[in-house]
Amino acid sequence: MILLKVLRGVAVALMGFGILWGVSGTASAKVEGNTVYLGAAISLTGKYSTNGAHTRRGYDLAVEKINAAGGVTVDGQAYELGIIYYDDESTPARGAQLAERLIQQDGVTFILGPYSSGLTRAMAPITEKYGVPMVEANGASISLFQEGYKYLFAVLSTTEQYLQGAIALAAETAEDGQVLRVALAMENDPFSQDVRAGVIADAERLGMRIVIDDKLPPELNDMSATMAKVRALKPDLLVVSGHAKGAALAIRQIADSRIDVPMLALTHCDAAQVIEKFAEKAEFALCASQWAPGLSYSDDLFGSARDFADLFEATFDYAPPYQSAESAAAVMVFADAFERAGSFDPAAVRDALAATDLMTFYGGINFDEAGRNVAKPMVLFQVQDGEYRVVYPSDTAEAPFAHPTPRWSER
Amino acid sequence: MLENLQLLFDYPALGADLIANGLMIGAIFALAAFGMALVWGVLGIINIAQGELVMLGGFVALTAAGLGVPPLMTIPLAALVLFMIGWGLYRLVIFRVVDRDLFVSLLATFGLSIILQQLSNEVFGADVRTLETGLGTLILFDSQIVLAEIKLVSFVTALVVGLALWAFLKRARLGQAIRATSQNARAARILGIDTDRVYAATYALNAALCGAAGSLVVMAWTIHPYIGLPYTVRSFLVVIVAGLGNIAAVIAAGLGLGALENVAGFVLGAEYQIAFVFSLMVIILVVRNLLLRRKREYLK
Repeated sequence: MILLKVLRGVAVALMGFGILWGVSGTASAKVEGNTVYLGAAISLTGKYSTNGAHTRRGYDLAVEKINAAGGVTVDGQAYELGIIYYDDESTPARGAQLAERLIQQDGVTFILGPYSSGLTRAMAPITEKYGVPMVEANGASISLFQEGYKYLFAVLSTTEQYLQGAIALAAETAEDGQVLRVALAMENDPFSQDVRAGVIADAERLGMRIVIDDKLPPELNDMSATMAKVRALKPDLLVVSGHAKGAALAIRQIADSRIDVPMLALTHCDAAQVIEKFAEKAEFALCASQWAPGLSYSDDLFGSARDFADLFEATFDYAPPYQSAESAAAVMVFADAFERAGSFDPAAVRDALAATDLMTFYGGINFDEAGRNVAKPMVLFQVQDGEYRVVYPSDTAEAPFAHPTPRWSER
Repeated sequence: MLENLQLLFDYPALGADLIANGLMIGAIFALAAFGMALVWGVLGIINIAQGELVMLGGFVALTAAGLGVPPLMTIPLAALVLFMIGWGLYRLVIFRVVDRDLFVSLLATFGLSIILQQLSNEVFGADVRTLETGLGTLILFDSQIVLAEIKLVSFVTALVVGLALWAFLKRARLGQAIRATSQNARAARILGIDTDRVYAATYALNAALCGAAGSLVVMAWTIHPYIGLPYTVRSFLVVIVAGLGNIAAVIAAGLGLGALENVAGFVLGAEYQIAFVFSLMVIILVVRNLLLRRKREYLK
């Protein structure tokens, strides 16, 4: 009986504490001892689980490195960084719930973005409502930055830029007076349609003609109808965007059907592991990427882009995909903003974020009014001799752009 | 759309190429549809998890190939492994919903499909995977028609399996028991057929067929844990066109659907390919219903 009373007393006390803590949690940052916590809802299960893991490893590696280097110094005191993770199960509704939970229950006032534009879009209204800054590294959709969000910052290049480099490269190959003919096969989802809009805008500006404009349904598992069109119309450039599935299908079916196209540009080659899986069939393909280990950027924390890649590989046993690199950069952006803000007040940190002017191993970071990073261009790889080599932009290129792709009969 | 038609008109060989490639994927639909027709006819269950069984077959083939099994040998292997998985699924779940309301079995197999998706996601990862066979490409008629040899393999496999299945149902003792059970389960039981075993065998056989289809899908196309739905929808469509008891009709409907879909994807644009499939399904259901109604009135 007495025991029961004691237990009840403890329960009431805990509840009271919880309420108090909950209320105070929304007002100031979650700092325990000398650790300041960031919150992240990441796809650890579900269809984005692979990329969710890449994202988390990027975050973790940056936190580890920053803490090892003495943490962040705010108002004369050193703090370590910590991250509270939840699994959003790759579903936007869950992501939104978890954003509420991180802010309301856990008292986190700094959020690291989830994986994918869809989940970022689900969480951004929540962080905005509570005035909690979110630095995200994996939501590239241009539409995220047309809502007038004040607390959303993205370190990556937005979607419409993904394959504009391919159009620029194609234009360089055109002979005088030649009207280049471009074929598009883009998945009918927000990401790929943004990519498509960017490609079409640039192609039209440069006087190219769009001869195929197929929108692939998200559940498509065969592209032979589109490939038949490519065979008949012989475009100078074929642009495909459909996440890893689209990249894998395109490479496979172009090779199997022996379709000769002088130039092929894709997104998500590395996610689809086109080199590992298709070997010489993937040769000459151009792949859009946010980052590459061969780029010449560097910072004091990780060193050069190559140093980051080596550290990542030594830690996790695989070469870092750009998702990990940009995620690590997002943590660096927060650390930098904390130090410049001189406090953990969300509004002050937000203003510091907006004024970010940082060079990292991942590239320059400088946010525009809408929260987009305008200091870093997209890069294009080309698969050459079984390796990704940067061929665009030309000032950071590792190798010259090989063009045109030889015909299958000559390979 | 008009320019696409014009294109077909200008390059007649293109139509042949489209149809040939469509027939190849149609063969896969037919394989999955054999099983669906069997399960539907014998157990009275519409197996929503059909596509997930195809997907599992693909992952089994991938895993086997990773262990050094030659790619083409993964076809029978995937069928065998899926046979056992199918048997297990029957003993765990399916036997509970045989003879129950259709709605219950729909829900149960729908649940099963989600579980299989998520489990595969956990076990095999969410990546898009594919298996290289090392087979080449067939170039016919002065490169008017280009076909990957693996697609041809899947086409032939579907035909051979269809034939074998037909012979099995006609001749083999278990095949006859399956047919008897599908005609009248109660009478079959009275005559000493262990219908529970027949059900288990039927569901396992279905899974084996899907397994073979899946191993072909991973070699000719790509696979990932969420790829099942298109195969479920297509096999459903094929079965409602072909009916439950006619293997030749299933093959014809499967191949026809594949070819038609590919041509439609070309003419209407890829974005309408799936819309076309669903519209076709609605039209066929409506037409069938009208025909049936007329027949019923005639019988009255």
